[in-house]
Amino acid sequence: MTDERIAKFDTRREELAKLSNDQLKSRFWELTNKMVEPIIDLAKTHTSPSIERAILLRMGVDSVSSHGVVDRILEAGLLGKGAGHVVLKLSQTSGKDIRGAAQAILDDKNVLNGLF
Amino acid sequence: MTMQPLDPTKKLDIEHILENLETYHPPRKGWTWRDVPTEGVNMGPFHFRDMSKPLKNSIGLPASKYFENIDPQPSCVVTTEIASGRFEDDIRRMRMAAWHGADHIMVIRTTGQSHIDGLLEGTPEGIGGVPITRKQIRASRKACDQIEEEVGRPINFHSYVSGVAGPEVAVLFAEEGINGAHQDPQYNVLYRNVNMYRSFVDAAEAKKVMAGARIFQIDGAHNANATAKAGWLVMPELMVQHGINCAFSVAVGMDPNLIGLSTVPPNAPPAPKLWYDLPYAVALRDFFSEFKMRAQQNTRYIEADIEEAVRTHTVDTLISMLTRADIQSTITPDEGRNVPWHYNNIRGVQTVKQTWAALDGIKELLTLNHDGPLGEMVRDLKERAVAFLEEVIENGGYFAAVEKGFFVDSAKYPQRNGDGIARDGKGGVGAGTLIVRDADYFAPVCDHFGHNHLPTGITKACDAIGGCTLCKPEKIVFIDELDPEDSCNARLAKTLPYRKGNAIKPEAEWAGDGTVLIQLFVPQNEDIAPVYAVEMAKKMGLLDPEVINTMVLHPSEGCFVEVKGKVAFDIDKTTLKIPEKEVILPEQELRDVAKALGLRVVAGTVGEDEHSVGMREILDIKHGGIEKYGVKYHYLGTSVPIGKLVDAAIETGAQAILISTIISHNDVHRAQMKKLAELCKEKGIRDQIILIAGGTQVNRDMAKETGLDATFGRGTKGIHVVNAMVKTLKARGVV
Repeated sequence: MTDERIAKFDTRREELAKLSNDQLKSRFWELTNKMVEPIIDLAKTHTSPSIERAILLRMGVDSVSSHGVVDRILEAGLLGKGAGHVVLKLSQTSGKDIRGAAQAILDDKNVLNGLF
Repeated sequence: MTMQPLDPTKKLDIEHILENLETYHPPRKGWTWRDVPTEGVNMGPFHFRDMSKPLKNSIGLPASKYFENIDPQPSCVVTTEIASGRFEDDIRRMRMAAWHGADHIMVIRTTGQSHIDGLLEGTPEGIGGVPITRKQIRASRKACDQIEEEVGRPINFHSYVSGVAGPEVAVLFAEEGINGAHQDPQYNVLYRNVNMYRSFVDAAEAKKVMAGARIFQIDGAHNANATAKAGWLVMPELMVQHGINCAFSVAVGMDPNLIGLSTVPPNAPPAPKLWYDLPYAVALRDFFSEFKMRAQQNTRYIEADIEEAVRTHTVDTLISMLTRADIQSTITPDEGRNVPWHYNNIRGVQTVKQTWAALDGIKELLTLNHDGPLGEMVRDLKERAVAFLEEVIENGGYFAAVEKGFFVDSAKYPQRNGDGIARDGKGGVGAGTLIVRDADYFAPVCDHFGHNHLPTGITKACDAIGGCTLCKPEKIVFIDELDPEDSCNARLAKTLPYRKGNAIKPEAEWAGDGTVLIQLFVPQNEDIAPVYAVEMAKKMGLLDPEVINTMVLHPSEGCFVEVKGKVAFDIDKTTLKIPEKEVILPEQELRDVAKALGLRVVAGTVGEDEHSVGMREILDIKHGGIEKYGVKYHYLGTSVPIGKLVDAAIETGAQAILISTIISHNDVHRAQMKKLAELCKEKGIRDQIILIAGGTQVNRDMAKETGLDATFGRGTKGIHVVNAMVKTLKARGVV
């Protein structure tokens, strides 16, 4: 394996040696961008508990409450909607403000039933 | 809310900073570069080519007193890392560091914070760093807001966005006005074993939030230097790591001007450092010309020798200057000692300041020779880095490469030692926690990354909730303390006597910790010397003595040893006899008196002493001696008998006799001084004549006991002597 890799490297090297400094630089960035492209797609289409808590923080929910709220939403299978979305929707349907809606989820996760 | 400006003669009032924190919001956000005039900076007698504007208040290098007290400030931002575990003590250190020229202050997090799933609140005590919380940041930022006013330059406050709560930490930082942060998903994966997919998805959100707050980002690639056994071999891989974080950050929406490469010259003497570090520095700056360089200093091979660290760091700074550094970081040269001696932070900053001043404008005088081996080495590194990328992509991309242990292998690519850090995509902290966003996924806030399905009629996401905390800071929820026992208030109560009372103790880490360092030479071998040093420290009364450095000077002749320990007692400030500060009369007044009275003195070195340098400096105009103020002198030379001086004074009508006693044994200098006073009394001229003595073993308190009018020690200038003469004349009613 190692010998094979080294041999391959020597071949690559021969090709790279033909490039000018500018071309080598362009090749570096072309490959790097190619490498991060699928990761960017992954990030665009996925979320995580921390991302959702970070959204609740920006909505004015404190750090301790946002932890519990995201856990409840995750348990209810609704994190794919976005925790902020869930809290906002509950706030709209219940007439509570954002913090009040977050607190309601903490008090009783059944408030999430049938929300979507 | 406007704060009272700081008074340089008063200590920071920590309790005052903590008041009204719940309503404090930073007046400024985002990163600030230094103000660098393109035409250069004139300071004192010099023109500097690569400096930023000087500070309003600062402390220069020790030698600056010989150069009109100039304190040239490098064009790059200068970093210091301050984190003792107690932020309330650190903010006093930030002030000291700012006065010496640091404008980027990094706070290291407490051990294990990167594995905490969420934000910490309150102000618990940290280990090896500070627990980063809203209250801690807000208080520190508030202190920095005042300190930057005091020194006259913005301070960039910095911490870390990594671990499994990265997005939340980023929001906290954006809300609280943090100016710079480390963020690199690779760091989580490689060094913190956070699940690789989770790490990158979280990083995208964190970076987006940072970009919105214009927080400067530093990556984590340099950790490969610190981790790999031979840090200087992993350079092609380092370029790849930098590339991944840069490309990922730009794709998320960061401004390349706010993306920094954390780069360390990987080698250290006795290795031929320049042959490794210079080509690497050049290759990196070629490939990453769009991005900023945060040059860190090497710590990989430094254990406990401060001087060794300073020498290596001087060369590191030289490499920065020969290439490019937008931020020059400093690291306390005592990392290996595990005590954050804050005065070593200052030494680190001074190393950069001193090197930068000495080598100012070096690129106008020297150019790198790219035609020789340098060019070949640079090209070699670049080709290896590109080949590394090709192999990664051929193997299925980044995640596949991590699984196969491509990274942090200590061999030079393409060689492999098989000691790379391999991670399982299904494993690590936070594995399996990613959730696919539904088609109607919605996040009603600003600076959110990725698919966000805004409801109809909404164009700005946070309009849906009437504004998010980034637009309306008053919506931020401030939690004060969760555990009052483990809080800064509890700690501050204990350290109060040392901060605001009269108790004094030395300090290295925390107020009142009593830590001191003793340096000694022990004429014993390296087995015996450190054991002796601990015993000695114990007998001196130090608590917990510990040897932190032993340097062999010769296998049998002896060792230099440094031992730290804690002083067990306080000293009450009110019991100290502080000598009164001598107030010097205005120069013009001194000249006027000298002229009006035709002041003249008789001077000579007394006793068996052939030294005359000190006396000449007091007398001669060219050294700023008394002549400069219009005082005439009659110099009788060296080894002059006292009687001869007194006779000469009477003969010439001099108003004063100056004697110098430089080297003396058995208190000969005291005897000579007394004899002068007595002889003048005998001759009946004591009341008309001014008697002054000086010398290296003389001090200002000796005048009274020897019967003289004034006595002076080291560092005395002509003006001090003239001042004493005029004051004596005033006291006698002559003027």
